[in-house]
Amino acid sequence: MAKKIPHMDKQTVVVKFAGDSGDGMQLIGTLFSNAAALAGNDLSTFPDYPAEIRAPHNTVAGVSGFQVHVGSTRIRTSGDLCDVLVAMNPASLKANLKWAKKGATVIVDADTFTEEALSKANYASNPLADGSLSSYNLVPAPITNLSRKALENDGLDNKTIDKTRNMFALGMIYYIFDRSMETTCHFFETKFAKKPQMIAINKKVLEAGHHYAEAAEIVESTINIGSAPMEKGRYRNITGNVATAWGLLAAAEKSGRPLFLGSYPITPATDILIEITKRRDLGAKAFQAEDEIAGICSTIGASFAGSLACTSTSGPGLSLMSEALGLAVITELPIVVVDVQRGGPSTGLPTKSEQSDLYQALFGRNGEAPLIVIASSTPANCFQYAYEAAKLAMEHMTPCILLSDGSIGNGSQLFRIPKMADMPAINPPIVPANDPDFKPYLRNPETLVRGWALPGTEGLRHRIGGLEKEDIYGNVSTDPMNHATMTRLRREKVEKIADCIPEQKVDGDADADLLVVSWGGTEGAVNTAVKALQAEGKSIAHAHFNYIMPLPKNTAKVLEGHKKIVVCELNEGQFVNYLRGKFDHLSMKQYNKIQGLPFTVSELTECFEKLLAE
Amino acid sequence: MKIAIEKSAEKLTKQDFASDQMVKWCPGCGSHSILAAMESVFPEIGYKKENYVNVSGIGCSSRFPYYVNTYGFHGIHGRANAIAAGVKLSNPGLSVWISTGDGDSLAIGGNHFIHIVRRNMDVNIVLFNNQIYGLTKGQYSPTSPMGAITKTSPMGTIEHPFNPGELVIGSQGTFFARVPDNNVKLMTQVMMQAARHDGCSVIEVLDNCVIFNDKAHAAITGKDVRDDHQLILEHGKPMLFGKEKNKGIRLNNTRLEVVELGKDGITEKDILVHDAFSQDPGIHLMLAKMHLPEFPVAMGVIRSTPAMTFNQLLENQIEKAQKESSIKCMDDLLNSGDTWEI
Repeated sequence: MAKKIPHMDKQTVVVKFAGDSGDGMQLIGTLFSNAAALAGNDLSTFPDYPAEIRAPHNTVAGVSGFQVHVGSTRIRTSGDLCDVLVAMNPASLKANLKWAKKGATVIVDADTFTEEALSKANYASNPLADGSLSSYNLVPAPITNLSRKALENDGLDNKTIDKTRNMFALGMIYYIFDRSMETTCHFFETKFAKKPQMIAINKKVLEAGHHYAEAAEIVESTINIGSAPMEKGRYRNITGNVATAWGLLAAAEKSGRPLFLGSYPITPATDILIEITKRRDLGAKAFQAEDEIAGICSTIGASFAGSLACTSTSGPGLSLMSEALGLAVITELPIVVVDVQRGGPSTGLPTKSEQSDLYQALFGRNGEAPLIVIASSTPANCFQYAYEAAKLAMEHMTPCILLSDGSIGNGSQLFRIPKMADMPAINPPIVPANDPDFKPYLRNPETLVRGWALPGTEGLRHRIGGLEKEDIYGNVSTDPMNHATMTRLRREKVEKIADCIPEQKVDGDADADLLVVSWGGTEGAVNTAVKALQAEGKSIAHAHFNYIMPLPKNTAKVLEGHKKIVVCELNEGQFVNYLRGKFDHLSMKQYNKIQGLPFTVSELTECFEKLLAE
Repeated sequence: MKIAIEKSAEKLTKQDFASDQMVKWCPGCGSHSILAAMESVFPEIGYKKENYVNVSGIGCSSRFPYYVNTYGFHGIHGRANAIAAGVKLSNPGLSVWISTGDGDSLAIGGNHFIHIVRRNMDVNIVLFNNQIYGLTKGQYSPTSPMGAITKTSPMGTIEHPFNPGELVIGSQGTFFARVPDNNVKLMTQVMMQAARHDGCSVIEVLDNCVIFNDKAHAAITGKDVRDDHQLILEHGKPMLFGKEKNKGIRLNNTRLEVVELGKDGITEKDILVHDAFSQDPGIHLMLAKMHLPEFPVAMGVIRSTPAMTFNQLLENQIEKAQKESSIKCMDDLLNSGDTWEI
């Protein structure tokens, strides 16, 4: 029995699990997150996986990672650098050591550091032996051999046993954080309900890892992370993509319009299609179309027929949808297009995140084709903004593009479960049967919204389509002045939505020296950096935008009155140029990153400090 | 629950579907007769007039929805089938009709066409095949015969054309019919059978473009030749044709051949009897591919075989999931799985 070692309290810790894709890193990352959440921590996760399903074994290209940031304070990002790194082979150490803090605990499966694996990972010498890791708490654990030993009497072949290596590593991590393994054992019992042997062997290896860590005293003290100050309520862990799917489902239930999703699988948006496909029990109709064009066109058809009709995609898919988006604009039908952005152009970086589809969302159509553009900004608020996208689209009879991204789509966060009774009402302008005043393009004089007349309804037969329509009556029209009128009406209708969205909030003083502006999935990192500087007494404020087209009505007021404005985004400056076009009396600086990676808090802090000092 | 389209309580007439819009097809265009046939078949099918939806893409064919008084949607080029799939999936209680052309469905929209057929989506596709791009004024299409001289093929096309029937059957199609544009009676009968067919029905209309491809089908549809150059199929009837009904189709080993009654001891017993409902597409494919001068061109319903529709299978899955799942509403879903109170 090893001696009891001391506990150390920590506010936040970042753990990264890395291995060959197929080593089960996403799984143990998720299991660790769930255990942390149940222990009352706040958390944020980020999976980092290659585009290839099984890239060559033991190569850097095949490394799959999962990072989780847990804390006893509110957690807004998945963390810059990790405190604990688990590397299941040399390649994953090679790929991830640069993301570990100096002094971090680095757990490796020492059995995998063979000459062949070292050379595949491009190591000239063995880092476990050459002293290059002396500034870390290196834990070279014989994970493979000890897993095999733990199961030596179970009559299994090594291939099967080696699939449980990840659980050995997880057991070690549970020891470091003094965490109960109960939730993980419960997971085995559910997952392998029909294979009792699998429950037993996974538990055995998990416990073996835990015992090993304790016996080998792999850390000087175990780490204790207390409960985070969370708002009271019921919680669950949720990824942005699942939250997006659920937000759409919630809007369908609230509005009474059945949900239709016409989508084509594409990384990193596919989980939305998968999640809605699971919900046949709620009557949702998910349709896996033959391509993105069919995805959006079936969505338009379903909207014409009266569904809350949505499609989910990523940048290249949105490109294919451009022409049909114009059709939705001119037919003034509500559709929601979710774009989970990834690195571009073209196929680009399919599994990496970026914010470079903003121009495409705003302007990527022929003709004058305005529509709503909003952006979710955290995994959890994907629920709220998907709901909002559906509400705005239906109530204003217009397409709405919801911009998410790979980071928040695949990242997870704790989500305070709302009650459906508390969600805002959704009132689509459905035309009653036999309405004597019905005209296809007759508008509500205040909102300029036309009615939604559903096929099957008595007394409302009408024709719409992609040819320019005569104002009010909807007949085909090539009249020059009518085209000018209809173009203006379509624009004003979207602009008037500014009356229905919240004012832009600012975190900090209205006259702070530096106003930091951001939008979409960067909120956590940018706000964490701003808050840290505010705590040091710096004159800095933050305006994070979720509503992009139209902008909140007070946007000019928010942007005015600062010595400096800096707009931070993961592209080459698309939002800043959009703002410059609208507020050309203001001078705006920009801070951009285009590496397929999220902002780190430290690089943002450095940037803001420099701007404040200049 | 079996999908059903609500019937009209009152008897409808052609007038119930007459549109107030000016029909802007060229005088003499074959499409006029398609409109006439549809206006007369809709009241006969008997659904409530609000339950018909006409969907189209782009091209001369695709102006169709404006000319008939139903719910209508004029889409974008090539996408009629995808839009219509969305309409039918959203509300299976609608009778969905697609007007499309050889450019719209076989070139730019080829992908959506083969997939709507493969899925057996319960819609009716009327394919106006004039073997030319009319609205863009005379470029060759995927059905223009090899060597056709058009504005974009001044030396003749160097492409092998699609035979729409072969494409439909190759895409696992459950219903394919062919009609000439000058036989409104046959067209009406075929549309009626298409409406009754559970699944994706494709009707190819040999449509004459008077301006850019006049008489393209004349060798088949011309009054003087049609009896000898068309085989009008009827389920359960022998495949006889000719003015005197003295010619027929016989299966000789694995191939079809034209034979004459009374010649070489041929009697009606030797003639193939049309089985439109056969699952096996072998004979249907041979019939669809028959062409002049060796064979007459097959008209009428070539294939109409029962198969579950995508729409019915989807509704069945929803019904099953709703019966078996413990998740009945959003609150159930939000609170499912691992959750905890803070």
